[in-house]
Amino acid sequence: MKKILALMVALSAISVAALSAQAKTILTLWTFNELHAQYYQESAAAWNKANPSRQINLKAEVFPYDDMHNKLLIALQSGSGAPDIADVEISKFPNYLKGDIQLVPLDDLLNPIRKQFVQARLDIYGKDGKTYGMCFHVGAAVMYYNMDIMKAAGVDVEKIDTWDDYVKAGLQVKAKTGKPMATIETTDQWSYWPLISQQKSDYTDKNGNVTIDNEINVKTLQFLNDMIYKQKIAVPAPGGFHHAEEYYGFMNDGGAGSIWMPMWYMGRFTDYMADLKGKIAIRPMPRWTKGGNRSAGMGGTGTVVTKQSKAIDLAKQFTVYAKGSKEGNIAIWKLLGFDPIRWDVWSDPAMNEPNKFTQFFQNKNIFQTLLQVKDEIVPVNVNERMVRVIDQIRQKTFVQVLQENSKGAAQALKEAAVEAKK
Amino acid sequence: MKRKSLGASLRYVPYVFVLPFLISFAVFYVYPIAASVVMSFQNVVPGRTAFIGLDNYRRIVDQDFFDALRVSFTYTAVTILILIPGPLVLAAMLNVGRRRTNTVFRALYFLPSLVSVVVAGTIFRLIFATSARGMANTILSWLKIPAVDWIMGGSLTAMSLMVAVAVWRWTGVNVVYFMSGLQSIPEELYEAAEIDGAGPLRKFFALTVPLLKPTVIFVTTISVFGGFAMFEESYIFWRGLSPNNVGLTLVGLLFKRGFQQGELGLGSAVGIVLIAVVFAVSMAQLKLFGFFKQEEKE
Repeated sequence: MKKILALMVALSAISVAALSAQAKTILTLWTFNELHAQYYQESAAAWNKANPSRQINLKAEVFPYDDMHNKLLIALQSGSGAPDIADVEISKFPNYLKGDIQLVPLDDLLNPIRKQFVQARLDIYGKDGKTYGMCFHVGAAVMYYNMDIMKAAGVDVEKIDTWDDYVKAGLQVKAKTGKPMATIETTDQWSYWPLISQQKSDYTDKNGNVTIDNEINVKTLQFLNDMIYKQKIAVPAPGGFHHAEEYYGFMNDGGAGSIWMPMWYMGRFTDYMADLKGKIAIRPMPRWTKGGNRSAGMGGTGTVVTKQSKAIDLAKQFTVYAKGSKEGNIAIWKLLGFDPIRWDVWSDPAMNEPNKFTQFFQNKNIFQTLLQVKDEIVPVNVNERMVRVIDQIRQKTFVQVLQENSKGAAQALKEAAVEAKK
Repeated sequence: MKRKSLGASLRYVPYVFVLPFLISFAVFYVYPIAASVVMSFQNVVPGRTAFIGLDNYRRIVDQDFFDALRVSFTYTAVTILILIPGPLVLAAMLNVGRRRTNTVFRALYFLPSLVSVVVAGTIFRLIFATSARGMANTILSWLKIPAVDWIMGGSLTAMSLMVAVAVWRWTGVNVVYFMSGLQSIPEELYEAAEIDGAGPLRKFFALTVPLLKPTVIFVTTISVFGGFAMFEESYIFWRGLSPNNVGLTLVGLLFKRGFQQGELGLGSAVGIVLIAVVFAVSMAQLKLFGFFKQEEKE
């Protein structure tokens, strides 16, 4: 009798467990980054704690970058097979805004909290006044100075306010230490895009017309070429870009005095250039003119909800919770080391708790730097032509102007514009 | 009565046996090809796919297209120039001499073709890394030759890399083709030639080469297909974005337009043009070899 009773209790316990598991709604999520997937799992756990009546069972799958974007494109095109939620990288985003948009606008959930976000970072995932993606980070471009080299050259980085000051400091660094002041990417765009965005220029205009060959852009590319070949204070990045294995080795050995990259590059210092611990200071970018912008918002990953989802409302709420809530944004900083898009968390005490980033960099308060420049970030224009411009300049223009020095900036950009317009 | 029905059903048996092939052929070849022909005349976007006439074909021709055409042609030509004579000589050498050593060499030559291109490509990428510490550059430094920037160093090193992978990978396969061709040449011909006083070189050029002509035609034809279909090697070296398009092939262009830029219609049109190019090249090559004349004679 006892045995039977025990069995019955066990059975009912199992069925209760099965029932509650069933009550969890399954949401599938595709991403191209293992760390993102881990982040979403933690978000899902937090969501389930906060919403016990609307629990989710998040199935996050990680694919290689190209694979995931291709699969998602085909799934949305063909009308079946897409996940509920997906990460779409910004340079691919326009591909998903063609025809009848297969993504769900998030505006109804975003509007009440819109003011807390860096507006530019919502605009980039929008079309016709609707917002389709939630970003991880502002991607604020900043200057990373190697303070050992600055000290050896007698440069006071607090006095570098404009790019003219920066070049002067660069000449001093070169003369005193023999080292270049900066490295410049020749197969990627992070040395160039922030500089033109600072000047409110871009690859394309708001209406999607190609503007890559305008005067500011030519002048800026020439400026980079001059740094390498005229003033000789910069070198093309070893390996072609700031994410090359070769590059990490070069920088780690104190190869150059500084680089400008977005905030999300912090993680590359901590993970791949460990010898620079305690030597790097983060400062705003130099400006082009008095009162000009000292930063730019670069890169990004928009999390989207697809129309094929069977639980659109829940998927939307979870997405906005994971990437738009205060606790979500604090977790983005703590786990991923990104500068989250809600500026009202930047001054939160939680952001100053010691972690591997605060311990690595000289700054006492990293987000103080960000708060200074939060209103100096203009949105980049994300559209179909942008994709083609990026393609052209990464595979041709930069190689010709910055690596080979075989073509003038104006000529090379004009050619890029012609190709991108086709 | 019973026998009749058996006879009737026997008539269907051959069709039943070929059915699996026919179905898979229809589903995986005929349908996709037909669909891409249709899509090449369309602007393919979710919900609003529409016919746009020849617009895609008009948009194909740009600098990228010419770059891709040049890379694909050069790659195909160079691989054929290396991968026909090289394996032919190797096969002739393996056809004489000790059987046991020959088996070992045959296996060694064939082994690379069993390795996935992606795996092999990744290893080649590391061997030829842009660093003085890369394996290839280390070997060069022993020979007192300065380090070479293989991956980013321009079209010559880029083409060498892609050809190197092809040679490493396909030599063994072509050796097998040529060896099977060699086996069909009657031994008596060589004996007769020997009696007439022909040395090994003379035998090779006067007997082996001309009698292997059908095999050469076959291997050349599949090499043309293989050459124009090349994609993975360059994709692994440059992730689809090579400096100055040094690694952009026609299939690479198809991938870029169709998937990376999300224009499936334009990508399909590139595919159709690719078919036309390969067809034209193959026809020209077969004509050159006198393939059609031969068929008429027989």
